[in-house]
Formats: sequence, C-alpha cells, structure tokens
Amino acid sequence: MCLALPAQITKLHPDTGMATASVDGVKVEVSLALVDDVQVGDYVLVHVGYALNKIDEDEAIKTLALFAEAGLMSTP
Amino acid sequence: MKYISEFRQHDLAQQLAQAIAQTVHPDRHYRLMEFCGGHTHAIFRYGVQDLMPANVEFIHGPGCPVCVLPTGRIDNAIQLVEQHNVILCTYADLMRVPATGRNSLLKAKAGGADIRMVYSTQDVLKIARDNPERQVVFFAIGFETTTPPTAVVIKQAQAEGLTNFSVFCNHVLTPAAMQAILDAPVPVAIDAFLGPSHVSSVIGSRPYEIFAEQYDKPIVIAGFEPLDVMQSALMLIRQLNDKRHVVENEYSRAVTRDGNQKAQALTAEVLELRPQFEWRGLGLIPNSALKIKAAYADFDAEQRFDMPAIQASDVKGCECPAILRGAKKPQDCKLLGTVCTPENPMGSCMVSSEGACAAYWSYGRLRNKSAKS
Ligand code: SF4
Repeated sequence: MCLALPAQITKLHPDTGMATASVDGVKVEVSLALVDDVQVGDYVLVHVGYALNKIDEDEAIKTLALFAEAGLMSTP
Repeated sequence: MKYISEFRQHDLAQQLAQAIAQTVHPDRHYRLMEFCGGHTHAIFRYGVQDLMPANVEFIHGPGCPVCVLPTGRIDNAIQLVEQHNVILCTYADLMRVPATGRNSLLKAKAGGADIRMVYSTQDVLKIARDNPERQVVFFAIGFETTTPPTAVVIKQAQAEGLTNFSVFCNHVLTPAAMQAILDAPVPVAIDAFLGPSHVSSVIGSRPYEIFAEQYDKPIVIAGFEPLDVMQSALMLIRQLNDKRHVVENEYSRAVTRDGNQKAQALTAEVLELRPQFEWRGLGLIPNSALKIKAAYADFDAEQRFDMPAIQASDVKGCECPAILRGAKKPQDCKLLGTVCTPENPMGSCMVSSEGACAAYWSYGRLRNKSAKS
C-alpha cells in the first residue's frame, strides 16, 4: 500500500499541476501537488498518482557504493 | 529499470549475504522487526530470509494499513453504501478485506452496491464532479505516505465548492504504532527496527530518534528493494554488535531527516489527531490516527452521515492480531492455507500482498516445502 515507484518526468502541465511521467516505459499522469521544482528528466517516486519526492541521484550512487563495499569485505 | 534493477542484483545479494554472515556473532540472536508490509513482501518475494544466517530473524510488523483496519470500519463503509445510497470509492487493496458476516466490499459490489475502485484521489474528485446528484464518499486508508493525497483533494473540493464529496478518514500514524509495540504490556522481543521506506520519505527520519534514544533500539530507514533490506540488516547488526542505537538512513535517495515538508504542511492544514483509534491486533492507541479538522467538516463523512461505531469480532481462529503485534508468525495459524487463502481470505493479513499471511502463502511456503523435501 505504501509502495511508490520511480518514474521519470517527461512533460509538465503547469495549468493543471499535473505531469506526464514514464514508469518503466509506461506513461502515467501524476499530480505534482506535493513537490516543488520538478523538471522534465527528474526522477520522482510515484504513489497513488502523486509524486511524493524527487529521487536523489547522488545518494543512490552512494548507496550502491555501500553494497559494493560490503561485497569487498566479503571476498576472502 | 533505473532505481530498481540496480537494487535487485543477484551477485551483490550474494556478496551482502556473505558480509552479513561474517559480521554476526554466532553466539547471539538478532531479532529485526520490519515495520512495513512492503518490507515483509520483499523479504518473502526475494527470499531475503534464505540469504540470512540462522540467527538473524525477521519479525513482521503492523505496517500494512489494510491489515490493521478493524472490521467495524469496513462494516461502516458497507452501511454507507447500503443505507445512504452513496457512491463509495476506495483503493483496490480494501475490496476483499473480510467484513462481518462473510461480507466484503467486493461482495457488496457484486450484490449491486455502487462501489468503485480508484487509483488516485483525483479519480474520486472526477466521479464527484460527474455525478452531482449523488453523494460520493472516499473510503480513505493508509499511513503517512497515502495521507497527503487525501488532504490535497479535500482542499481541492473546498476550492471547487463541491457539495457531494466527503471522506471517511482512516489514516493512521506510524510512530504511534511503533510506540504501542514497544510499550505493550507483554512486549515482543525485538532488538532493532527496519524503518519504513515511503512513510519516511514523507515524515523524515527525525520522528524515530526518540525510539532510538529512549528504548535503546537501533533503527535503519530501509528502501523496499531486496538489496536495501539486506544492507539495512547489515547496518542494524553492526549497531547491535557495537552496542550503538541510533537512527541511520539507508534509503537516503528518497528520505531526508525532515522529510517532505510541503506534504506535511498540507496534511496538517486539513487533518488533526484523533484522541484514540482502534488498530486490529494492537487495540486502542492514543493519538494514532487522523480526522478531518472542523474547518473542513463539510467533507467529513463521519459528520455528514450517521455512522455509529461498530464493534465487530474477527473470524474465530484467525491469528492476525497476534501476527500484527509480531507475537506470532503466519505458520502458527491453523487456518492458513486450509480455510484461509488469498482467494478466500478469513483475515486481513491474507488480503493485501503486504500482509504477512499473504506474503508467506505466496512465496514462503514453497520455500519451506523445498527445504523439507
Ligand atoms: S492465515 Fe488467515 S486466518 Fe490465519 S491469521 Fe492469517 S489471515 Fe488470519
């Protein structure tokens, strides 16, 4: 129920506060009522038709690096 | 797909599993409660438990809004359609939850009640606009993730002057439930918590700090992908080994300490605390749910319609309440898989894919079978 999927914003509709986004190639209409400063190309988390948050690319890269670090630790 | 596939890589999962195996102290047991049903689902679906050493145990928490909603509230919703002839709109997850007398929203709909599944609160507004002669009620459930979209449409309805739209509000709060679990008269033994993903993207990581401080419990905010869950488990195990107990944030790509303040402000504008609310399994919890503020009373279905509180009892033998407290596991229920299946659920934990029973039945039992054979 709390699931939210990463989606890339492909088009803004400033008159309605909505945007078109692509979730794994599927087009969805999302409300931008809960977020500020979203641009075309940004990734957002979409939950029940609303963009909840922007996804922070730098932080995602850092987290992936943490996985790799644990991997290094585990190689004998 | 970006932000999904990188967090499901099989080889990295194996490496994380090895790192965890090397980090655990063999002489102790690690009991990690995943608060969210989304984590429960991921743990079963991706076999995360199988990748853990035997002394790391996941305890499934109450973070499934469909699971914790008491039966009486479903009965209330069915009464609304049947006695007041409203159009009732709700998220699909609620349709099959058992109500009193083997009823459910799905069965009521099959019997002719005007119940509509919606994807978004925006759909409800459209239905209200398109049916000015009918009362349209949104049966709202969900944790802090799902609450802001409800607040948004109540404000929108007011701005548009819609007089046929109202909300039956059942939004509940995560920290209050965490507190109830920690303060239970017979507490379940839990060493640490995997904190919610998307609830935290709204409320931030700050609200959990008090639990880390006052109850000495490590908490790691964890993403919903399998590698997120494993990395977070590793972080919790390290904290427990080092006797530390702080809030750490593994899901930093979506969660900050303060969360989404715009969403929080919108919610606070329209909704306020209920003095108490009943949770399946956890009982009455003070300040654990939200109701519509007086300024928006016109949009409150509980004000607009006569909705007496209904005390309903659960199906005999269903262990949902104990499972939601973390005190029992799905395999402890005698009805599991015999009387109770996802096609014919007896309790709420078998309905949503995030319910522990449904997750276990869909993914876990096959694993146990193959492990035995
Ligand atoms: S298996 Fe069914 S009856 Fe048993 S606890 Fe789970 S939901 Fe309730």
